[in-house]
Amino acid sequence: MDKVLEVKDLHVSFKTYGGEVKAVRGVTFDLHKGETLAIVGESGCGKSVTSQSIMRLIPEPPGKFDGGAIIYKDNDLTKLKESEMRKIRGSDISMIFQDPMTSLNPTLTIGDQLTEGILQHMKLSSEQAKKVAIDMLDLVGIPSPHVRLKQYPHQFSGGMRQRIVIAMALVCQPEVLIADEPTTALDVTIQAQILELFRDIQKKTGVSIILITHDLGVVAQVADRIAVMYAGKIVETGTRREIFYNPQHPYTKGLLNSVPRLDVDGADLIPIGGTPPDLFSPPAGCPFTARCPYAMEVCDKMYPYKTKLTSSHGVDCWLQDERAQKLLATK
Amino acid sequence: MLGYLVKRIGSMAVTLLVIITLTFFLMHSIPGSPFNEERATSEAVQKNLESYYHLDEPLYVQYFLYLKSVATFDFGPSIKKSSQTVNEMLGRGFPVSFELGMVTLIVAIFSGILLGIIAALRHNGFIDYLAMTVAVLGISVPNFVMATLLIQQLAVTWEILPVATWTSPKHMILPTLALATGPMAIIARLTRASMLEVLTQDYIRTAKAKGLSPVKIVFKHALKNALLPVVTILGSLAASILTGTFVIEKIFAIPGMGKYFVESINQRDYPVIMGTTIFYSTVLIIMLFLVDLAYGILDPRIKLHKKEGK
Ligand SMILES: Nc1ncnc2c1ncn2[C@@H]1O[C@H](COP(=O)(O)OP(=O)(O)OP(=O)(O)O)[C@@H](O)[C@H]1O
Ligand code: SF4
Ligand SMILES: [Mg+2]
Repeated sequence: MDKVLEVKDLHVSFKTYGGEVKAVRGVTFDLHKGETLAIVGESGCGKSVTSQSIMRLIPEPPGKFDGGAIIYKDNDLTKLKESEMRKIRGSDISMIFQDPMTSLNPTLTIGDQLTEGILQHMKLSSEQAKKVAIDMLDLVGIPSPHVRLKQYPHQFSGGMRQRIVIAMALVCQPEVLIADEPTTALDVTIQAQILELFRDIQKKTGVSIILITHDLGVVAQVADRIAVMYAGKIVETGTRREIFYNPQHPYTKGLLNSVPRLDVDGADLIPIGGTPPDLFSPPAGCPFTARCPYAMEVCDKMYPYKTKLTSSHGVDCWLQDERAQKLLATK
Repeated sequence: MLGYLVKRIGSMAVTLLVIITLTFFLMHSIPGSPFNEERATSEAVQKNLESYYHLDEPLYVQYFLYLKSVATFDFGPSIKKSSQTVNEMLGRGFPVSFELGMVTLIVAIFSGILLGIIAALRHNGFIDYLAMTVAVLGISVPNFVMATLLIQQLAVTWEILPVATWTSPKHMILPTLALATGPMAIIARLTRASMLEVLTQDYIRTAKAKGLSPVKIVFKHALKNALLPVVTILGSLAASILTGTFVIEKIFAIPGMGKYFVESINQRDYPVIMGTTIFYSTVLIIMLFLVDLAYGILDPRIKLHKKEGK
């Protein structure tokens, strides 16, 4: 599989009045060509910070890049000059944000907002740019796009706006699309339509998608691979099949047990007890220790090594350590 | 849109009528009349004068007579300067006052907005603190003090600008500066605050994610939104500049309308008081109307023709 994007040991923190929040603490993952990688995890675990760091959109201050690398086309994005980074934003890598109601500028027509990105990155006349914009609106399912181009965001419904936001992100044919909770603000039927649209577009354009969500239902529908994030770290990665049918990290298991499933009859929903650790002073060991039913003495002392279960399935948990397995077996 | 305009002009006319009525009766309720000064006039002469200016009629008759002449844009003769009509006075004074007011407004708007943007972009930096300190000074120092300071420094001590009058662009600099400082400072502070707020909005992040340059983001995406609150206070700023012109015209010996207005009140020159008041009110009402139109143009979410009525 071709890797389009590699994130290596990313660290990001925020300076606040209460102290330094270590929001992302060594995140590593790859994105393959044409796939959808879902990043899932509870609120506040660092999903948005990770995704915005890839685009270098974290405001500094209060944000601070503390190390790591983001490799795209043999370049480390963390080392690029701001002007070089601007050429990549919106053209090679683009981003969709959570709330379609606030992510469009209320005082500019959507035509203007669609074409400005095209004019920025491609050598096209404004007439040609308009044509591209119309085609794109057509692709995302906005009826009579040439009329709609002249309208303002408030003249569209939430679902329509999210389609426009998607069109805006795709208009320069990016290789990577990062979607941060693109359907959270929408109702369920619209949500299904938008997910369908993602699948459609991926088939047509071959774009690689990083989909950020805390909704496992969404993940089950569209993800090829899944990365489970907890307290600023990725604790388990695997294919959709591996994560849903053979979860190994206790946190992943907890997540799966806390959502309703149609295939398991009458299974009780068990929410994960407790709360994630305070990221002002994250624990040295496994951050899940306090909530983990299998926690061992070592868990609190040292962060577990990554264990490769298959070529695609990896997990950070002491239970997977060879020694721990033996211990369990003898008990 | 047409319906809105008609309604709006109608309500402007009603406002004006209320102002005329209030001013008329308030003015007549103040004790004294144009003719009872120390200078002795014979009773017969006084009677004649009063009957000439209809001052011997009942008040309501005077009121309706006055409304009739105002409806034909005739503000009548001045009582004190009997050789002049109020219309002539306005015709002479207004262009000068208008020039002073407009130049001041334009200077205040443009420099205020520019200062506000720079301060917001250098948020918490040296330039920001400097600009905001100057702004606080600008707001707290009254324009007549500012005028005196400017004259003292630039005209008297350094002799680089003329002390007074309104005869060339060079003469316009000091009065305009003195009058513009306050409004400029208010606009600068508001622009800065509103710009800072707008820069944290999601659509600004979207614009950044498109790879737009900072200049495009600030001037195309942020400024229009940041100016909305600024536009709403332009009406009241115009009013304060208007009253400011009385003072500034007096200090710099500028032959505008302010002189007539202040004199007429001291002398109970009823037609001049009425004429200048109505005139100032009309100017202000029109300014407020223009501000509303500008707001509708800046913010597409506001539908002018739907705002009224429903
Ligand atoms: N601008 C900021 N200033 C201070 N702290 C921040 C800032 N942005 C994020 N954080 C902190 O970083 C951590 C991770 O936040 P992030 O937004 O990435 O969470 P998330 O996984 O996207 O959660 P959600 O599902 O709620 O969107 C949080 O603890 C948050 O408080
Ligand atoms: S490392 Fe220990 S505490 Fe962490 S998930 Fe595994 S067993 Fe639980
Ligand atoms: Mg988030």
